[in-house]
Amino acid sequence: MTKIVVIGNGMVGYKFCEKLVAKNSNRDFEITVFGEEPWPAYDRVHLSAYFSGSTADDLIMAPRSWYAENQIDLHTNEMIVKIDRDQKKVISHTGHDYDYDKLILATGSGAFVPPIRGVDKKGVFVYRTLEDLDAIIDYAKNAKRAAVIGGGLLGLEAAKAVIDMGLEAHVIEFAPRLMPRQLDEAGSNTLQSKLEDLGISIHLQKNTQNITGNGRINGLKFTDDTELPVDMLIISAGIKPRDELAKDCGLDTALRGGIIVNEFLQTKDENIFAIGEAASYQNMIYGLVAPGYEMATQVVNQLANAEVKPFMGFDMSTKLKLIGVDVGSFGDPFGEVEPFKPIVYENKNSGIYKRINVSLDGKRLLGGILVGDASAYNMLWQMTQNKMPLPPEPEDLILGARGGKEAVGAGVESLPEEAQICSCENVTKGSISNLIKNDGVTKVDEIKSCTKAGTGCGGCMPMVNDLLKHQLKAMGKTVKNVICEHFDYSRQELLDLVKVKKIKTYNELLDQFGQGDGCETCKPAVASILASTWNELITHQDTIQDTNDRYLANIQKGGTYSVVPRIPGGEITPEKLIVIGEVAKKYGLYTKITGGQRIDMFGARVDQLPDIWEELINAGFESGHAYGKSLRTIKSCVGSTWCRYGVQDSVSFAIQVEERYRGLRSPHKLKGAVSGCIRECAEAQSKDFGIIATEKGWNLYICGNGGSKPQHAQLLINDVDTETCLKFIDRFLMFYIRTAEPLTRTATWLNKLEGGLDYVRDVVVNDSLGIGEELEKEMEFMINTYACEWKEVVNTPHLRAKFKHFVNADEEDPSLKFQEMRGQKIPASWG
Amino acid sequence: MISELEKYRTADSSKVTNWYKAATVDSFPEDGGACIKYKDLQIAIFNFSRRNEWYACQNLCPHKMQMILSRGMIGSYEGDPKVACPFHKKTFSLKSGKNLNGDTCDIATYPIKVEDGFVYVGFED
Ligand code: SRM
Ligand SMILES: Cc1cc2nc3c(=O)[nH]c(=O)nc-3n(C[C@H](O)[C@H](O)[C@H](O)COP(=O)(O)OP(=O)(O)OC[C@H]3O[C@@H](n4cnc5c(N)ncnc54)[C@H](O)[C@@H]3O)c2cc1C
Ligand code: SF4
Ligand code: FES
Repeated sequence: MTKIVVIGNGMVGYKFCEKLVAKNSNRDFEITVFGEEPWPAYDRVHLSAYFSGSTADDLIMAPRSWYAENQIDLHTNEMIVKIDRDQKKVISHTGHDYDYDKLILATGSGAFVPPIRGVDKKGVFVYRTLEDLDAIIDYAKNAKRAAVIGGGLLGLEAAKAVIDMGLEAHVIEFAPRLMPRQLDEAGSNTLQSKLEDLGISIHLQKNTQNITGNGRINGLKFTDDTELPVDMLIISAGIKPRDELAKDCGLDTALRGGIIVNEFLQTKDENIFAIGEAASYQNMIYGLVAPGYEMATQVVNQLANAEVKPFMGFDMSTKLKLIGVDVGSFGDPFGEVEPFKPIVYENKNSGIYKRINVSLDGKRLLGGILVGDASAYNMLWQMTQNKMPLPPEPEDLILGARGGKEAVGAGVESLPEEAQICSCENVTKGSISNLIKNDGVTKVDEIKSCTKAGTGCGGCMPMVNDLLKHQLKAMGKTVKNVICEHFDYSRQELLDLVKVKKIKTYNELLDQFGQGDGCETCKPAVASILASTWNELITHQDTIQDTNDRYLANIQKGGTYSVVPRIPGGEITPEKLIVIGEVAKKYGLYTKITGGQRIDMFGARVDQLPDIWEELINAGFESGHAYGKSLRTIKSCVGSTWCRYGVQDSVSFAIQVEERYRGLRSPHKLKGAVSGCIRECAEAQSKDFGIIATEKGWNLYICGNGGSKPQHAQLLINDVDTETCLKFIDRFLMFYIRTAEPLTRTATWLNKLEGGLDYVRDVVVNDSLGIGEELEKEMEFMINTYACEWKEVVNTPHLRAKFKHFVNADEEDPSLKFQEMRGQKIPASWG
Repeated sequence: MISELEKYRTADSSKVTNWYKAATVDSFPEDGGACIKYKDLQIAIFNFSRRNEWYACQNLCPHKMQMILSRGMIGSYEGDPKVACPFHKKTFSLKSGKNLNGDTCDIATYPIKVEDGFVYVGFED
């Protein structure tokens, strides 16, 4: 058995273990790992998530039990202080020594602290480990203003953390621009104004001379004699490889730091490898995880006698995350490697700057910079990496094709086989395609578990999905929209079956038309079909509902629920407002005005839900169905009753519409809005159906969407009276409910519908299929059979009894934990 | 919280020393689950009435350490019984405890039996 000792249990050290374990089925290796930190390896890349609620546990790459299960001897809190190469031993600070056959140095790096006078004062921190963050959070409690030294990737992340802690944030950068290694001046300017909008002050070309204060920092003094008073400082000016152990035992280290390795990650001692941020290859250290993972893989392959490719350096393209501003920089962003032609698009108004560098012959993309909108990052980066041919007018890449066409789709199909799809796990397009072609893989989850693609940062998942679809199609597999392994039918087919065969329960449908025992995909889909067809109370088949529908409330972090009573049109009397306030106070709920013009009360325990609703219902409220794939809200603007411009009474109409369709179950949620005039204060054109008042009546728009892919609603018909407007909405909604796939919003439905808007208009307005009346009838049935689900639960003892945490104890869930924020409770955080 | 996770260890039916009388059969919805408390453990129990089977596993979802699996939907994956966590739909085999759609770590499962209208869960302690 070969004894492997790994020094450093960081991201790369962990990845090394994970990869080696996969090759250790014969128990060829005995693995011992040392980490000086108290935790097992955690996700440093997402360290900043700690400020927005993640806990140390959330960030852990694998629990201790994983190491135990895989026979890895993990020593945390234990630092190796010496390597004895002659005896092949390492010695830890506890005085113990451990033998090795092969030694892996994965010691990572520490923060680089520039030699500024006063860095030892209280209130000066670095930003690297969980312990650093704990100290920062603790100190920030008594601070108001904080500065970050370093305007690079990490510094900006730290600045965001400062803001998240509620402090005034300043970024100090020595260079004349932000992210000097990734951005040019124009890109930096755009980013700067975006950051300033977020409340971060940027100080460029500032060289910090000393840190002032008596024992405790109270400000910074710069070489230009200016000063900046601050209560705390985070230094994030770069990294310094932890090469001291290696140096001590006579291994070579690079001038700028880092343990020197060859293309096989070997140090000059054939039994010692260095990987991750600690390694220096061709005078370069790689401060990113992806190259570190690549190194780990190479070393594992060597140890396991698998095929070894030399490490050839790594692309350093990056995307800034977390800060709320899109920034990407890829390939050769400055055009330093070969002559090029830049193409630049800048929109100061919306804060977008894009630049691509095209080779002189116009055939290849060399690199580029994206600020404000980095949605094209993945594709552009792929084009650069794979030297893919450019479209005839390369500017289309950053401007989108003009003339109403789709943006030029360098889709996954155009990528070469060797294109790297997942950079964290180095998975190529070819290996995914082969899996689909040769191993009969048809699901994304299978691709994830076979290749690990998408399990790191997850940024490649859209591409993996596209690739799967594309590959299946190329193989002539009609990607039939069957719901899941339990039903070989589409939603529409199931809906027809339910109707024709008068099926009322999930089990009946499964017995007659399905196989197996169902799953979390088909159960809610069928539940929705049954509800849209028979409109029976969903509480009767509660275990086929998604958790929100099962408990008639939205589940929140920690396992409590939120309560949203219906407030039609957003109109509410002071009396009812008081009731909401009182209920929230009584049950200690966090309250917030939602984006849907109503009030959400968060943090109710499952056993409290019926009591809370009882009080609300007694005060005249009813369920707001915030939990259902059903009608949510109809937003309104104040309209002609008060507004000097209003031409119709939008509030009254919104209330009428909301009460008409309340509780209506559909393939996805439905939202509407009514604006009182063309100024559109209710944002009706972003809704599934939006109504805008005109002098003569109403304009009806359909299939708008907010969300991650916003889309404007399109005009179905103009200047109709109230009755006609409702008639068309009835028909439109019923037609959608009948024909859409599960979890498809109206916008997506329309986009996929052959014939598009014209076809919908034909069906709904011109009644080309002759089903208009039938659709209206169906809707009428829904409206007439509506009942508030919560009312039923509150009044039915056996339904009420389902709302408890333990069935064998009258206790609350002891694992619920809360903390406080601005005077209200919030759940103890996760990731 | 990690130590929370380590409290749950799959119990082997041959080594059960304590058959804990959890609750009556009708405390558990058909084709669904509910949670019971045993010492400081929370155990999810599923009444898989479609298959005429019962399952027990830890209530703690290892993905984000949420005490929630009993409120998850159950179903089958290629014939094997599974539960889906309500939070992010990680699914776990109710037999082996394996995470079926990702690489979240496994959950502990417990032997279970029904006698005289009562549900019993087996523990090794
Ligand atoms: C509470 C609320 C945020 C707030 O505090 O303001 C909210 C909260 C959630 N939204 Fe939302 N959305 C809320 C208004 C919106 C809006 C604004 C609006 O309605 O005008 C939008 C954009 C408009 C739209 O839907 O087109 C919105 C677009 C989404 C989406 C994206 C939908 C899409 O088609 O892309 C999701 C995800 C989904 O449904 O799959 C989502 C999903 C969610 C979920 C349900 C996520 C989840 O599954 O847990 C959140 C539930 C939190 C909870 O438990 O209450 N929420 N969400 C708002 C509730 C409105 C209400 O009174 O019912
Ligand atoms: C805030 C932040 C954000 C980041 N964002 C990104 C990003 O978006 N994308 C990206 O690719 N990268 C990012 N990184 C960089 C990424 O985290 C590192 O590249 C990665 O963690 C390197 O892994 P490693 O294992 O080489 O080093 P580390 O993760 O630093 O692990 C080394 C471990 O070894 C331990 N150790 C050192 N010496 C000894 C010893 N003698 N004995 C015992 N233990 C020892 C250390 O304590 C440490 O735990 C970010 C880093 C930070 C700090
Ligand atoms: S945008 Fe919606 S889904 Fe996202 S965090 Fe906010 S409430 Fe939750
Ligand atoms: S908490 Fe269970 S799947 Fe995320």
